[in-house]
Amino acid sequence: MDKEKIKINPEFYDIMPVEYQELVENATYGKEDRGWKDVGSSKELIEEHSLCAGCPESIAFRHILASLPNPEETVMVGSTGCTSLVFPHIALHNIHSLFGNQNAVASGLKRALAYRFPDKIKDVVVLAGDGATVDIGLDMTLQSWFRQEKFATICFDNELYANTGGQESGLMQKGFVGKMAPAGKQFEKVDMPGLAKTSGCHYVAMLTSSKPNRVEKVIRNAVLIAREIGPTYVQIYTPCILEIGKQMMEGLQEMRDSEGPGQRFEYQEFITDEAKAYMEAKHPKKKRKKKRVEEKKVD
Amino acid sequence: MEKYRVLPGPEAFLPPAAACAGVVLPDPGQGHIHGEIVPEDAAMEEAAKRFLSAKVPTIFPGPLVLWGWNENAEQKATAIKALYDVLKSHNNGALLIPMPDYRPKYPKIDPEIEINPNHPNLTIWHNKIDVCMFVGVHCHQANMSLKIIRGGTSCYTIAMCAQAGHEDAMITFRDATPEKIMKLVDAVKRLKDSGASNDVRGTA
Repeated sequence: MDKEKIKINPEFYDIMPVEYQELVENATYGKEDRGWKDVGSSKELIEEHSLCAGCPESIAFRHILASLPNPEETVMVGSTGCTSLVFPHIALHNIHSLFGNQNAVASGLKRALAYRFPDKIKDVVVLAGDGATVDIGLDMTLQSWFRQEKFATICFDNELYANTGGQESGLMQKGFVGKMAPAGKQFEKVDMPGLAKTSGCHYVAMLTSSKPNRVEKVIRNAVLIAREIGPTYVQIYTPCILEIGKQMMEGLQEMRDSEGPGQRFEYQEFITDEAKAYMEAKHPKKKRKKKRVEEKKVD
Repeated sequence: MEKYRVLPGPEAFLPPAAACAGVVLPDPGQGHIHGEIVPEDAAMEEAAKRFLSAKVPTIFPGPLVLWGWNENAEQKATAIKALYDVLKSHNNGALLIPMPDYRPKYPKIDPEIEINPNHPNLTIWHNKIDVCMFVGVHCHQANMSLKIIRGGTSCYTIAMCAQAGHEDAMITFRDATPEKIMKLVDAVKRLKDSGASNDVRGTA
């Protein structure tokens, strides 16, 4: 998709529903400094969705879509789960893969795009739940990292299989009793960031979606590093409020409670020297802005 | 077994796909009317008649012509607008309703301003559309919509298809180009000017 192609034929402009007119006029395609602060002042790439009221995943989705550096040239690959209910509603190319196959599909897609459009930057971003990433699709996830496939993998970690009723997943915390896991989890939560580091990811981050600034920074890093250097992995806690017995307004607090010092979603970030050098050389923009502010303060 | 004819419904909750009932697609230069292969000009005349005799003739342009993604799409948009203008000049009740994309929209579509392939009957019922034409809709979504319309409404369907045509429409054209759409505009104008736009409903 190219921004130039996102235009309504003038003969039909007046009859198009207003959300499409807004998408053309007021969406942030082609804007290099796009970010979460555009939410509310410009047309978002996510429309009405079918997630539960108050679902933290919908907040994460909004912030991620607002943070993609190059949405008009990005293809997202999803998998079975709550995320697959949202993908049909986003103004971005996306592919729904079979359950767990998302990293294998993304590998082929990224290579095909590089072959078909050698002169264009095409980003591929996998976004799937913990069931698809860590349980059913663990093989495909790890193999894509071993092969150094150049795309970002984002895992929405809600610590269980949410839309099928609360079965135990590899990322469920030890001892948690789910609606469909009455005996309680017997094993530790899989250390997926650790696996990502040892499997060859050049950038790894674990966070919640409670801080949009942080989500923006992490997503931007993950996509840009994956574009040139190699695989990246981001794990975001998006609690399923229904399955952990919370009310719709309690999702944000649940994320805040889980990211404190020593908690299981305490912020972690890892970047290889190669990726760090690349980011400093090629994408120093935001850092420069910060420097200018510091210089002014000194003056 | 009696030959299956593609006629206005409501046929059933789940009507058969016309292809499964033995209806075949036309070859280049041909169209079909109710499943019978005919020369394309004959299909043009019949489509023009249906449009002019309708109470609410409607064109449903799909994403392939709504969006200006190439020069051909832009030219088709001009031709479709010309068709709508001539219909509107004949019948003030004529409508032009877009099918902007195919996603299942939540909580539901507004049937006054758009049509959705997952429940096209809502727009047909709401606007009391009795003749409609699909143009610029991707094959699978058009087939699905045409089948749903035949199943649940009495609307007469015409498909102006850029590929091989649609068995599930009552009249189909294939290989649609801007010139072919303009040819239909001319057919409608000619028939309108001749005054031969009597009600042909019930002759199927």
